[in-house]
Amino acid sequence: MNAAAMQPETTPTVAMIRTLGLISAICGLIIVGAYQGTYDAVQENKRIAVERAVFKVIPQAKSIVEYLALPDGKIEKLGAGGTVPGAVKFYAGYDAAGKLAGIAAEGAAKGYADYVRILFAYDPANGAVAGFGVVSSRETPGIGDKILVDRDFLANFPLEAKLSDDNQVLAHEIRAVKHGTKTNPWEIDAIAGATITSRAVARAINDTAQTLLPRVAPHLDQIKEKP
Amino acid sequence: MSQTKTWDEFMEGIWRQNPVFVMVLGMCPTLAVTVSAVNALSMGVATTFVLICSCALVSLTRSFTPKEVRIAVYIVIIATFVTAVDYAIQAVSLALYDALGAFIQLIVVNCIILGRAEAHAAKHPPLPAMINAAGMGVGFTVGLLALGTVREILGAGALFGVPLFGAGFQPWVVMVLPPGGFFVLGAWLLLFAALERRKQRKLAEVATNV
Repeated sequence: MNAAAMQPETTPTVAMIRTLGLISAICGLIIVGAYQGTYDAVQENKRIAVERAVFKVIPQAKSIVEYLALPDGKIEKLGAGGTVPGAVKFYAGYDAAGKLAGIAAEGAAKGYADYVRILFAYDPANGAVAGFGVVSSRETPGIGDKILVDRDFLANFPLEAKLSDDNQVLAHEIRAVKHGTKTNPWEIDAIAGATITSRAVARAINDTAQTLLPRVAPHLDQIKEKP
Repeated sequence: MSQTKTWDEFMEGIWRQNPVFVMVLGMCPTLAVTVSAVNALSMGVATTFVLICSCALVSLTRSFTPKEVRIAVYIVIIATFVTAVDYAIQAVSLALYDALGAFIQLIVVNCIILGRAEAHAAKHPPLPAMINAAGMGVGFTVGLLALGTVREILGAGALFGVPLFGAGFQPWVVMVLPPGGFFVLGAWLLLFAALERRKQRKLAEVATNV
């Protein structure tokens, strides 16, 4: 009795649990409602964003199909199951007639600030990287972000990316060289003052191309026509 | 509740207790996302929505929220509306979502919202709480826009993405970098402090003359 009298304002445990439970239930409903209500619009937005990015690097493309290049060297259409460990996702862009216009894949490498994620287009007919676009980058405005507008830098593309004779790796590693010292068609002439970002672009392309192209090359016939 | 009282509740956040310029709260999004006017406006609108909704719910449940668990309750409520806003922004524009980045999720710990829930909504009925929250939200948005427009004009030579100057304009790049946020915020605070000081001096003059 005495103890109870000394703590008159203690809230019963039940009241606390009841309130927390009720609030959680209301909040749960709101979150699920918001998720379901926006799901279709969000998925559609993501699809459009991917399409727009691919169409930008493969200008002739009118439609795209997503593929996976599996670690065992096979390629298959990306199904509902999503991606598989070790597989490289790439997009095949088809022109109006349903012919393969090019393939696009993502690459990422550490830049000056955070990772630079790019999407590059590969032209299988010429064995060259046709161009690239930035997926996300936090490079310094006015310096690192010049990779998209600097004329000399964009003149690096198309960039030779032929496979070695045994189709296992690229014949020449794609790398960035100091501004003005480019001598080979597989080298990227870096932007003066933005060497680190230029190098990140080269490394991003090289890393993905080294894994993806040897897997895709033997199966080009399979993806030549729009399925 | 009288008209003037309602108006007072609303104006509190816009002028007297402006979250950015007077209380200097929520500096994390204020400095980080105000690189352009569009970002500033969207961040302000998102925060305002979360403020109004969470203050309404906090106020509605205030009578049966024991004080021991109130902070947990506020955080759950705020996090819920932030999640809803997060999905809504993704549905509206992915580009905007990427531009705002982690700062959408960080609205959860924005001290303006938790501060309003604790200091106002927990003690007032839903309607005044929402009006006060709306005022705070608008005040925050105005503050963000004040930074965002100046930084975009100086740092990118544009306003809401529309170029203002000719091709010869050399952007003042530091303004869209983090230091620019501090410069512009400092300049605005200086301006408001100067205004306040002038007002005080005028009042003092009037007092001595009488």
